[in-house]
Amino acid sequence: MSPLLRNRLPQLTTALIFILLFAAASFRYDYFFSVRNGSSLFISNASLGIIAVGMTLVIFAGGIDLSVGAVAGFTNIFVATQIQDHGWHPLAAMAAGLVIGTAFGAAMGAVIHYFKQPAFLVTLAGMFFARAYAFQISESSVTIKHPFFVQLTDIKATLAGSTIHPLPAIIFLLVLVAGYLVAQFTRFGRNLLAVGGSEQSALLMGLPVGGTKIMAYAICGGLAALGGLTNTFITGSGNCTFGTGLELDAIATVVIGGTLLTGGRGHMLGTLLGVMIVGTIQLIIAFDGTLSASWTRIITGTLLLAFILFQRLLLQATQKRLA
Amino acid sequence: MSKLFKPSSWLKSPAVWPLAGLALLGVVNLIYSKNFFSITQRDGHYVGTVIDILKNGSPGLILSLGMTLVIATGGIDLSVGSVMAIVGATAAVMMSHGDVSLPMVVAACLGVGALCGLVNGILVSWGRIQPIVATLILMVAGRGIAPLITGGNQILIRQDSYNYFGNGFVFGLPVAPIIVAILFLLAWLWLRRSATGLFIEAAGDNETASRFAGLATARVKCLVYVVSGLCAAVAGILATSSIGNADPMNDGQYSELDAIFAVVVGGTALSGGRFNFLGTFLAAIMLKTLTVTMYFVGVRPEVAPKYKAILIIVVCLLGSETTRRWLSQFKRRAAT
Repeated sequence: MSPLLRNRLPQLTTALIFILLFAAASFRYDYFFSVRNGSSLFISNASLGIIAVGMTLVIFAGGIDLSVGAVAGFTNIFVATQIQDHGWHPLAAMAAGLVIGTAFGAAMGAVIHYFKQPAFLVTLAGMFFARAYAFQISESSVTIKHPFFVQLTDIKATLAGSTIHPLPAIIFLLVLVAGYLVAQFTRFGRNLLAVGGSEQSALLMGLPVGGTKIMAYAICGGLAALGGLTNTFITGSGNCTFGTGLELDAIATVVIGGTLLTGGRGHMLGTLLGVMIVGTIQLIIAFDGTLSASWTRIITGTLLLAFILFQRLLLQATQKRLA
Repeated sequence: MSKLFKPSSWLKSPAVWPLAGLALLGVVNLIYSKNFFSITQRDGHYVGTVIDILKNGSPGLILSLGMTLVIATGGIDLSVGSVMAIVGATAAVMMSHGDVSLPMVVAACLGVGALCGLVNGILVSWGRIQPIVATLILMVAGRGIAPLITGGNQILIRQDSYNYFGNGFVFGLPVAPIIVAILFLLAWLWLRRSATGLFIEAAGDNETASRFAGLATARVKCLVYVVSGLCAAVAGILATSSIGNADPMNDGQYSELDAIFAVVVGGTALSGGRFNFLGTFLAAIMLKTLTVTMYFVGVRPEVAPKYKAILIIVVCLLGSETTRRWLSQFKRRAAT
């Protein structure tokens, strides 16, 4: 096996699974293979995808962020109430939401780095904080009626004869491309992988370990906020319970996409494939109609397990080769 | 005797912090509600806020017992909430399908809990997967398994014999905290009067050294996850029986943070290697008292986690190496 192929084995496996899954579903269910279905993969999973991009960066650096779902929920309700109840212009409310999310992520990153606290504990506390704050803002759903915002949600496009609302998908794809470029072609992206591979070595090489880690959490927080915001474009309203359990889905998609959970190795395109797989499973369950929705979680969990075991084997093989 | 009077010795005990917190909360409650400490007798049962705290805090208490051991090995168990839901669903479905004897139901619940723990344990010890990730899998999948068992619905539990665990009284005292106290005592005897506790601490302190010393660390690690699963099963039984309802989506939700919090505040370091049952026990009670106090002061239940989250971060920061270094620098500067 050539080194290039071996390094990309996890992503290739994920791609193969996605193609097989989608093909099987297309044969099994009529009308599954359609433009509408394909585009809905991107639109209805836009929030998950955006958040997964941020999660990928954090996991690259060997961290984890459990607060993303709650931050998304907070931004979701925060933006809606600021526009609706406090008379803010939608653009101001959205900007404020993104800034808060980024600052919150940076604060968690600082606590994790400077006080050497475990990432999962700090972000778990962050998750409780953000979710409780969301509940405090408003427990009922808030519909946004501002004309500018309604205009935004009403952007339509025609794709091969079917009308879709492409805005969430466009944001997702932009974030994905940006995330890919940052991870692949910038110094920050390489620093992330170096820190995730071995913090000690990265420090000895003179890399800005603290700055890199805090930056990763800040971006992740900001993207979580953007994910929550994107959902308001789909529903046209804010809800404090949005994003419950989304952090687990995001972690699952990153791992299924072949990124090593211990950090230091992975690929942004794998995350896209992970989102596509989770989305396809949800579509299949919706198409079938006889399967209960709980299967989504079970299948996601099983895939997560399978990929982690697969990674272990791969890692062992690599170590054996090096030894 | 002399040790008791030296403040430096007992100030170092991990149980001091939760005790201080409890005392502080007691004072706050005395000011805010006069009836906080009053215990009255009604129909031969003792009732009062303190009794309620013990009764409603029992599931959390027993979860933190299992979590203490897992954390002592340097691990973490995020799946306890989902295991609670799975166990509650199992019990409810068994009892709704005609007459199954109570011992059968309890045995099945404990079996399911132990099985969940075994899965976690195998993944961590022999699969060599990080504990956060290994238990995350069951945390995700569990919220799918539990609704699958009940068919997606909540199930009412009408069996009085089962609901006795959560609502019954012995000698006028609620059963649930008594069960929990007995389990804590048994666990303490088992771990501190045999070598098992030492093995757990050794595996958490330095796994490689322990293995070279001839300790089957993999087996020890697996064991603590099974114990944690069993504890989650007991918590699931207590939680569902006290409200007479099994809710596969919400039972045990967010209970893992409370359990981890109790363990950390109780003086068991997240890095592993040491554990302190008394500290965990007191910290879990303190946490429940804090929650109840917040309700008394007028904080809505949904908002309460906000303040809990701030508190846990503050506690962690105070105990961190960085803060300690700052403090010692400050002291040195003050001395010169």
